[in-house]
Amino acid sequence: MTAQRVVVVGAGLGGLRSAEGLRAKGFEGEIIVIGNEPWAPYNRPPLSKEALTSEIQHEKLAFRIRGNASDVVWRLGESVESADLDSRTVTLSDGTSLSYDGLVAATGVSARRLPISGPPALASGGRHVIRNLDDAIALRAALVPGAHIVVLGAGFIGCEVAATARLLGCTVHCVAIDPHPMVRPLGYELAIELQHRHEAQGVVFHLGTGVTAFEGMGQVTGVLLSDGTHLRADFVLEALGSHCNVGWLEDQRLDLTDGVLTDNALRPMRDGTAVDGVVVVGDIARFPNPRFDEGAFRVEHWNVPTDTGRRASAVLSAYLAGESYDELAQTQWSMLPSFWSDQYDIRMQSYGMTNLADPDRIHLLEGDLHGECVIGYHRGEDLVAVVGLGMLKVVNSYRDQVGSTSFLASQTTA
Amino acid sequence: MTFKVIVDMNLCQDHGQCVFAAPEVFELDDAGKLVVLLTEPDDSMRSSVEDAADVCPVQAISIQD
Ligand SMILES: Cc1cc2nc3c(=O)[nH]c(=O)nc-3n(C[C@H](O)[C@H](O)[C@H](O)COP(=O)(O)OP(=O)(O)OC[C@H]3O[C@@H](n4cnc5c(N)ncnc54)[C@H](O)[C@@H]3O)c2cc1C
Ligand code: SF4
Repeated sequence: MTAQRVVVVGAGLGGLRSAEGLRAKGFEGEIIVIGNEPWAPYNRPPLSKEALTSEIQHEKLAFRIRGNASDVVWRLGESVESADLDSRTVTLSDGTSLSYDGLVAATGVSARRLPISGPPALASGGRHVIRNLDDAIALRAALVPGAHIVVLGAGFIGCEVAATARLLGCTVHCVAIDPHPMVRPLGYELAIELQHRHEAQGVVFHLGTGVTAFEGMGQVTGVLLSDGTHLRADFVLEALGSHCNVGWLEDQRLDLTDGVLTDNALRPMRDGTAVDGVVVVGDIARFPNPRFDEGAFRVEHWNVPTDTGRRASAVLSAYLAGESYDELAQTQWSMLPSFWSDQYDIRMQSYGMTNLADPDRIHLLEGDLHGECVIGYHRGEDLVAVVGLGMLKVVNSYRDQVGSTSFLASQTTA
Repeated sequence: MTFKVIVDMNLCQDHGQCVFAAPEVFELDDAGKLVVLLTEPDDSMRSSVEDAADVCPVQAISIQD
């Protein structure tokens, strides 16, 4: 028998954890990881935070690779164009094909660009995004004291960069359609409080307004807002969310409406049945999670690639070994999304899914909203998320209570 | 057999995620600062300490044999 082969598409955290997980589960065949960045897997969260205040180096951000995965073949700087899940092959951009016995889809997301005319959507034209190391290196070079930066979008990444840019002495304006920064994930009370803290640090917000045009020829010089305001800009950061890198999985009859829809074993769904031999991990996986007994969700949090990578590699290695596969795939698996953010000296830590909360059931649980605090997010009787500003030990103490009451009850009786 | 747990305290930002993965080895003190309870844990704890190293957002934890 020739050795089995697993192809992992995407050399980010999810791809790394899947490869390590396959080895940890005893898979002895070949593992090939294909990644379209030139870099071995590295940590992205610092790219909008501390990495921007010092020299950015891959070696400082690179993940340690577990010893058991030292024989994994890394094909970096190569891109997968398409996959054929019936003949079990992937085709690379140079036209060559690779067959596989198992496939891991871990291609993550890309930064969304504003679809308006103006200078080309390139960092060299003053239009930055932040997703990759190269993006961060370009942004870092632009963030000089006195520079005028306009941040488009007031989500976590936009707000983190706004905070970092203020610390570096830039003039920072932040534009968003939303009424308050981070209001969609955090709710009104906390969003308004954080807005005040950013304003106290000198960030100027333009909220409830969009961008109608970028000014400048080859290079951005300003931004025109839908309320008629003109803002001077030496450069802009487009921090408007993401789109999933799933183009290579098109025409395979998968549900790609938002990432890749999977079953609880992280196998992609095709016409109502799960595709064996394929698993989806990380930012692109839209999976059902019984901890919150809701539909399937995609979560772009740092702990998701590790947790889904573990589950996916267990399922895939059982499939390849032909051992206890059905049993394992049928066993319900659950996970708890967790997120942190650093803005100025504020450490935010969250557990759960704030977006599931009833808008009128978001309450202060502990502390002082204007200082350190823990906020609870409820859906009916269920605590679906907690968010702490500081108070890490306290917010951590709520962690095990997050989830639907029926799920938590089933855990304690189990 | 035991192994060595090394936390780079210059990197550690007290995220406390390691505590959930390996509570016998890592703890947050009352001020929320990381305390390593066992620097040479028994091999039976290896897999939970590896998990702790995986979930540390700043990759401050390493394992040495
Ligand atoms: C600036 C920034 C700050 C963040 N801050 C936080 C934070 O504070 N807290 C938090 O919880 N989360 C944070 N996150 C989110 C977290 O980093 C992500 O959830 C995580 O990186 C997702 O890992 P992944 O493996 O799914 O995808 P990725 O890390 O994106 O890896 C996917 C890889 O696949 C490659 N790829 C894509 N298409 C192809 C193809 N066709 N062929 C080959 N390779 C391909 C991509 O280039 C990429 O290298 C942040 C993210 C960013 C960008
Ligand atoms: S998870 Fe990492 S940063 Fe957090 S306390 Fe543990 S070692 Fe420190």
